[in-house]
Amino acid sequence: MAYSLDFGALAEYAPIFAKGVAVTSELTLVGGVLGVGLGILCAWVRTDGPKALRPIVSLYVEVIRNTPFLIQLFFIFFGLPSIGVSLTEMQAAILAMVVNLGAYAAEIIRAGIEATPRGQFEAGASLAMTRLQIFRNVVLVPALQRIWPALSSQIIIVMFGSAVCSQIAVEDITFAANFIQSRNFRAFEAYIVATVLYLILALILRQIMRSLGTIIFPRRRVVR
Amino acid sequence: MSLIAITEVRKRFGDNEVLKGINLDVAAGEVIAIIGKSGSGKSTLLRCINGLETIDEGTILVAGAQLAPDELHLRALRLKVGMIFQSFNLFPHLTAGRNVMLSPMVVKKVPAKEAQAEAQARLEQVGLGHKFDAYPDELSGGQQQRVAIARALAMKPLALLCDEITSALDPELVNEVLQVVGKLAAEGMTLLMVTHEMRFAREVCDRVVFMHQGRVHEIGPPEEVFGAPKTLELQQFLGIA
Repeated sequence: MAYSLDFGALAEYAPIFAKGVAVTSELTLVGGVLGVGLGILCAWVRTDGPKALRPIVSLYVEVIRNTPFLIQLFFIFFGLPSIGVSLTEMQAAILAMVVNLGAYAAEIIRAGIEATPRGQFEAGASLAMTRLQIFRNVVLVPALQRIWPALSSQIIIVMFGSAVCSQIAVEDITFAANFIQSRNFRAFEAYIVATVLYLILALILRQIMRSLGTIIFPRRRVVR
Repeated sequence: MSLIAITEVRKRFGDNEVLKGINLDVAAGEVIAIIGKSGSGKSTLLRCINGLETIDEGTILVAGAQLAPDELHLRALRLKVGMIFQSFNLFPHLTAGRNVMLSPMVVKKVPAKEAQAEAQARLEQVGLGHKFDAYPDELSGGQQQRVAIARALAMKPLALLCDEITSALDPELVNEVLQVVGKLAAEGMTLLMVTHEMRFAREVCDRVVFMHQGRVHEIGPPEEVFGAPKTLELQQFLGIA
């Protein structure tokens, strides 16, 4: 079993990998920001928002968390056009990632909100703040701080999930690797490169989340 | 006319009636201590006054604002009474100054600059002008409680409710907080405080309310309540029976 690695054979495909890195980064960045935003909104509804919306949000969260991402993606890309909503591959991929991350992030953030000491709500209330004002100014930031590591991991998981988007011809890293190995049959090399690229992106993303954390949360967590 | 009018207030937690018809009128500028055993309903009474607990019967009026369970009424009421808690409840992600600035800016829409000047003044009032940029976890318990007082004062309340505000403090930190409260009392702030600091109650308060089993059991000026307790329960509570 002698297999000699030949990364030189990949050299001419470097631009395809470069494009793959750009696409995966874009998916993760846009999906991450919008997904966390959606997650905050859903977590608010489920904890403190209008009661009428709660069943709808619960249904959304449970459906997404209990079905495969690939099916969600296919549903959006192949299913929606039948009701007249046609999206490009990229739009469909981003929408699928936002919808997916939104549901998971909602549950993570909800855990952070529910761990808020009652005294924080009471302090806000006795200062005559409305429930929404208390949520925005008092509850939200410490809640995010509590679950920041879990949320960071979830965003990274979603970045890995983006590999699935190659199935609808989104030209991400996985797409690049598939494409190259189908041309030169250097599957081992192509997937080693893809693996390393994902690894590097994940490490960078983790670092970004950590730095972002120190900016948003200037104080270490105070346990009470 | 009294600033705070509590009439026939009853409060139940399930089958347990913790307030059994409370009547209490507090005049503007009056300083009142509420004492009693734990479970006598004193904290609950205080929490009812600014609507942190709902009441089952009776009425509570603060300067014309009536306690009602909807948010509009609650907020009108809470603009008139501030509350200070045993556990301080400062917002951990904000500096001392920001803690004080937050509510005026968010609730009263005071511009940032004005709110900052007001916060600085209130912090100086409690002796912490130099701690504007300190976070709560950088402050001692006594300092945190003084920031909490400054935070309540920044909303310019007509009365302050103090719920065992020195009970969570180390003994050596109690005095710095009591001094601030004493100063407020001297300046004419209306204060309603649940406290175990009997000496302070005796020195500073106009009237002392002794609560027992959900009722106002004895009420009067401190020299009467402490000097000549009429009921056996109060004598027992004070340890002189």
